[in-house]
Amino acid sequence: MNINATLIGQAIWFGLFIWITMKYVWPPLQKAMADRQAQIADGLAAAERGKNEQELAAKRSADALREAKEKSSDLIAQAEKRAQQIVEEAKGVAKVEADKVVAGAKAEIDQEVERAKQALRERVAELAVAGAEKILRKEINASAHADMLVALKQDL
Amino acid sequence: MSAEGGTTGYIQHHLTNLVVCSDSAKVDGVCTGFWSFHLDTLLVSGILGLVVFGLMAMLASKATSGVPSSGQNFVEMVVGLVDQQVRDTFHGKSALVTPLAITIFVWVFVMNAMDLIPVDFLPSALQAATGNHEMPFKFVPTTDPNLTFAMSITVFVISIVMGLKVKGVGHFMHEVFAVPFGIKLAPINLLFRIVEEIARPISLSLRLFGNMYAGEMVFILIALLGIYQLPLALPWELFHILIITLQAFVFMMLTIVYMSMAAESH
Repeated sequence: MNINATLIGQAIWFGLFIWITMKYVWPPLQKAMADRQAQIADGLAAAERGKNEQELAAKRSADALREAKEKSSDLIAQAEKRAQQIVEEAKGVAKVEADKVVAGAKAEIDQEVERAKQALRERVAELAVAGAEKILRKEINASAHADMLVALKQDL
Repeated sequence: MSAEGGTTGYIQHHLTNLVVCSDSAKVDGVCTGFWSFHLDTLLVSGILGLVVFGLMAMLASKATSGVPSSGQNFVEMVVGLVDQQVRDTFHGKSALVTPLAITIFVWVFVMNAMDLIPVDFLPSALQAATGNHEMPFKFVPTTDPNLTFAMSITVFVISIVMGLKVKGVGHFMHEVFAVPFGIKLAPINLLFRIVEEIARPISLSLRLFGNMYAGEMVFILIALLGIYQLPLALPWELFHILIITLQAFVFMMLTIVYMSMAAESH
């Protein structure tokens, strides 16, 4: 064990290797490691954000679904009510129309009856006259009515 | 195994560095002067460092913030572990501390890991390749105090520079001369400070050196047992995996602590 100029040589080696590490080994590795760390942190943050957003979206979609359901049930109820209303209205209108038709028909019938009666009335006089004529024609003979004619003569 | 001189010779041979020096630095034909170099330490640590940091730089240049490749993933795991320690301990702002800690942990770990290759394997291969069967070659650079001291002294210098830079010269000087006893006892404060500052690099380097040297020593002793080394080498090897990692971690951790102490006010 003796100390000699090897010391200087070794110090030079040591300095050279420190320089290599300082210049070519550590900075790129440090950069790569720091970058990767940042990337991982970013990735984790993004994942967290994504998870939050997904939760939010799920909530929002559930809300929208519920709203839509409510709206649709509202609409259905409304539609049902409206349908009923329309049916009622139609029923009313139909009734009125039917009444009107019935009334019209009745009036017409009455008119018709009246007309028939009128006609009949006219015909009755004719018929009466015709009948009377027929009867008169058949009944008139001088012998049968001589008495009456005699009486007439006497009155005159 | 160049078993010349029996057991002692074997151990001696395994604990000898491959030294080169100019003729002027030789004393009795042996390189004992300051201007000699441990070729094995320099080569092994340098090649290991170039390979491992080159590989890391290559993977880092292709680093993507998307899905990482398995190589990038592994490097990121190691680097992330070190960075976590730095974040926990060092609260200042510095572009240097994390790369420094990464360098220390990775480099010391791979150098220590050379200990897991059986003690005679690589030296024998090298001796066969060069034809020089007496050539010593230590394959674990961290068992050379030159390396550990070089590292700890570098860390020490960086911590001083960082202290001066972060706190400013005035505040730094105030800390040196007036803490902990106040300005009236400036010489004592200075003495305390010097002891403290010198103890750090020495303990830092000797801890690593001592652990790895002792571990290597045990491997060498086990290798001397002939056939009986088989049941013994494996448990020690497994245990040594722990020591290797732990020592690399401790060196890194203490460096971070010293840096944070230098950058933070008392």
